[in-house]
Amino acid sequence: MAADLWTALFIALLTAFTGYEVISRVPVLLHTPLMSGSNFIHGIVLVGGIVALGLANNTPELIIGFIATVMGAMNVTGGYVVTERILSMFDRSKQQKKPPATPTETKPGGGT
Amino acid sequence: MTYWWIGDLIDAVYVVAVLVFILGLKALSGPETARRGIIYAGLAMLIAVVVTFLSPGLGNFVWIAPAVAIGGLGGYYWARVVKMTAMPQMVAMFNGMGGGAAAAIAAVELYTVLPVAATSSAQIVACLSVAGAVIGSISIAGSMIAFLKLQEWMPSKAIVFPARQVTNMGVLIVGVACGVLALITWNVFWLLPFYILLLLYGILLTIPIGGADMPVVISLFNALTGIAVGIDGFALVNGPLGDAGYAMVIAGTLVGASGSLLTFLMAKAMNRSVSNVFFSAFGAVEETGTQMKGALKPIEASDVAVLMEYANQVIVAPGYGMAVAQAQGKVKELADLLEARGVAVKFAIHPVAGRMPGHMNVLLAEAGISYDKLFDRDEINAEFPNTDVVLVIGANDVVNPAAHRQGSPLYGMPILDVENAKNVIVIKRGKGKGFAGIENDLFYRDNCHMLYGDAQKAVGELVSALKK
Repeated sequence: MAADLWTALFIALLTAFTGYEVISRVPVLLHTPLMSGSNFIHGIVLVGGIVALGLANNTPELIIGFIATVMGAMNVTGGYVVTERILSMFDRSKQQKKPPATPTETKPGGGT
Repeated sequence: MTYWWIGDLIDAVYVVAVLVFILGLKALSGPETARRGIIYAGLAMLIAVVVTFLSPGLGNFVWIAPAVAIGGLGGYYWARVVKMTAMPQMVAMFNGMGGGAAAAIAAVELYTVLPVAATSSAQIVACLSVAGAVIGSISIAGSMIAFLKLQEWMPSKAIVFPARQVTNMGVLIVGVACGVLALITWNVFWLLPFYILLLLYGILLTIPIGGADMPVVISLFNALTGIAVGIDGFALVNGPLGDAGYAMVIAGTLVGASGSLLTFLMAKAMNRSVSNVFFSAFGAVEETGTQMKGALKPIEASDVAVLMEYANQVIVAPGYGMAVAQAQGKVKELADLLEARGVAVKFAIHPVAGRMPGHMNVLLAEAGISYDKLFDRDEINAEFPNTDVVLVIGANDVVNPAAHRQGSPLYGMPILDVENAKNVIVIKRGKGKGFAGIENDLFYRDNCHMLYGDAQKAVGELVSALKK
């Protein structure tokens, strides 16, 4: 039993460093998608909710497990949709990128 | 009938899901790959959920199916219909849901373990569940208050009540003590005051925090939810279907680590510590004694238009005022007009401008402004002295030169040095102070003029003046 816990601890330790390394060079531009994306990723809690509810064997457990699963499912779908919407805007702005306007040509009083 | 390989298959699928998670998160850190990243992560999540659903030994499907359907459809609908400007509160809301789910799972675990004999493994599960419940409860209650403040269903300024520190600490200590009592006495009764007090603590903790500190608050609660989910995972690892626990440990820890990093970045951008943000009720006290020299000098939109038209470069410094007025579309129009006249337009983005990390970037992207025109504080500060016009739209504290003056509450905060530009035009609704309650030295400088009005209206006036 305790062996599982030690394994989990090793995993957590390595994951913490992975998480830090993966994120440490993220540009300010992506702070919102990153936060929203990680908000979605902790939606994995839904899996825990399903397990807790699926193994419940009395009424209080069923009710609390039900609440946990509803909230977890909201976290997952809401987090995903919000992140997707934010990122789709960044995409669009890329597509809309126009060739640079020729400078000074139309500038009144510019140049000579 | 069960097959011997089914357990291994499920494990293998979890491993793949975790790998895709990490790849997805990695892809989220570059603008070109970010969208692919969230799709990867979404796929991994779907796999993990489906596999969990198919795990042998799972029952109560009549409960699980409607729960997933209600939460899933509700979250989907809500996230779809909400306006882009309401994104900060949506992130806070969905984050709170995750924290609440973590707290509720811990409650189920405690409810299962506490009434049975105190075996060593049950003790471990109970301790871990109490820890997960503490963090999850604080996260949901705090996130909900953040949601209410951002939605402005509650005053967004710092609300302070007497003996706040003592009260808060007392609530936290008694709450945790109830959890410990539940562990010692193996009695479920203590769970009720335990949860109530911790939820109360989450509320009390967040109420004194003002709107401008929300970027730190939101990202901290995000990290906390991640940690709570990870701890719940530890508790589940010991039980039947422990593999789901490993998936939670990994995803939760990833979020905990990256979220903590983001929180520190945000706090650093204000030159304050995370604990200062949470415990100092910043913005509730007003600076006294300093008298401003000079006067606020109003300016007409038509004059600003002329000034910008003949400028070599215009830098826009947006803040929360732009978000409130939803002026980003007008700002895009203005930038296009100026560029058509050969004026270079750039955007100076302070990391904590707005109400969530990267808030301004999202709004400007929504308006269709290309992200290679957006510059971070470090990249753009050197350019201000060579810039003819800086247009400050609804930003205040992040451009306040008081940050360079010793003794100011803002002292030491890295700001956008817009004061160095030849002309500074500030679009502002009125003469009020910024969130921090501090007079803005900038407004009194000789090179600074005020264009009063709602950001959308004021920028609209500039646009029509330029079109003439």
